[in-house]
Amino acid sequence: MKRTGLLQAAGLIGLIAMATTATAQDDNQLVVNGEIEMITDAPAPENIGGLKTIYSGWRFRQSEMQALQMDDFENPGAYAIDEGVEMWATAEGSEGKSCASCHEDIEDSMAGVRAVYPKWNESKGQVMTLAQQINDCRTEQMGAEAWKYDGGDMTSMEAAISLQSRGMPVNVATDGPVAETWAKGEEIYYTRYGQLELSCANCHEDNYDNYIRADHLSQGQINGFPAFRIKTGKLTQTHNRFKGCVRDTRAETFSPGSDEFVALELYVASRGNGLSVEAPSVRP
Amino acid sequence: MKRTLILAAAMIGSGAILAAETVSSADVVYDEYGSIAASLSGTAGDPVNGIEVMSSRSQGNCVACHQVSDLSAAFQGNVGPSLDGAADRWDEAQLRGIVANAKITFPDSIMPSFYKETGYIRAGNAYTGKAAGDELTTLLTAQQIEDVVAYLATLKE
Repeated sequence: MKRTGLLQAAGLIGLIAMATTATAQDDNQLVVNGEIEMITDAPAPENIGGLKTIYSGWRFRQSEMQALQMDDFENPGAYAIDEGVEMWATAEGSEGKSCASCHEDIEDSMAGVRAVYPKWNESKGQVMTLAQQINDCRTEQMGAEAWKYDGGDMTSMEAAISLQSRGMPVNVATDGPVAETWAKGEEIYYTRYGQLELSCANCHEDNYDNYIRADHLSQGQINGFPAFRIKTGKLTQTHNRFKGCVRDTRAETFSPGSDEFVALELYVASRGNGLSVEAPSVRP
Repeated sequence: MKRTLILAAAMIGSGAILAAETVSSADVVYDEYGSIAASLSGTAGDPVNGIEVMSSRSQGNCVACHQVSDLSAAFQGNVGPSLDGAADRWDEAQLRGIVANAKITFPDSIMPSFYKETGYIRAGNAYTGKAAGDELTTLLTAQQIEDVVAYLATLKE
């Protein structure tokens, strides 16, 4: 905890210094630990309007912040991986099971999982996010209590699972049984919410690479989530970030785990189809 | 005692004048191009306070999206056009209309409407993320808009 606070303070000081040397969306290459080559730009998926090329949020960051994500020893979000992996093997609930009881080695069983979530769950008859699937395992298989949707435990577990797909291109389905949910997410993406009447698209499609005061607007891609945010000093879950964005339009937000945010996550994830899974990424 | 009464009478009097001359957001008359000819407050705008409204994050924060060379505010944005020379391009009525509700002048504008109380989707209670309820007020007051317009009217190149 203390370590996080110090990192946050150091990060904030860094930010202030960096802000004076702002650069536009750049051509830097993201390679993590000198070996995992990330795809940070790709042709826009065909069913996405308004963009020709998609870019990871990493490309919009200052080089000093970019560097934090290039080495896991520097990455302030890496703490969550250890937490998540530890929880993976910890039995909880009435059934005396851990994640590992069914899924065994996280590195094997979870490889590629993050890249295809949210996805259709046939037995439930609905689109499920990774967080919902984790909680379903907890309540239905382990006899444990559900975690808070965007709480620290969930976010750490998501990070540990996402890490097993790091470098793989996001590849969520948008057709077939998920088509209806995807379309709902698309509608939400283009709806101008709140007293400021801003849609996701107004900032992240129409104005990416522009600035709102010191904020360098990205495309709002979520391939890097959970993301360590310098601003809050902790790893942040996708729906938590959505909530903050909607709040900043002076709107009544949706709740983490709500149908609206599940649909929006599917849609926004699909806008990043082709970019690498980056979690844990580092963002402002 | 007598002096106090006179003062009280004066205050009631000025309040009545303000109430009579401030145009509520529902009663604003826009012309077909989105301009507003009449003052919203009935009181001349103060360009110095206009600078404060435009620069302050808790007020208009116009510099969040617009660059104005004349202002000292840090980190001016570029989502909207630069306002340098705005008064050469727009007259006072046009400026007032754009600040109050830019979407009438420019239907596709992403600029927030600073003098509007209705027609929102999921309006919130400021930046709390909670529903606005019946508390919704305009983003800026009539006088703040007049102050901004007075300042913008000085931006000539």
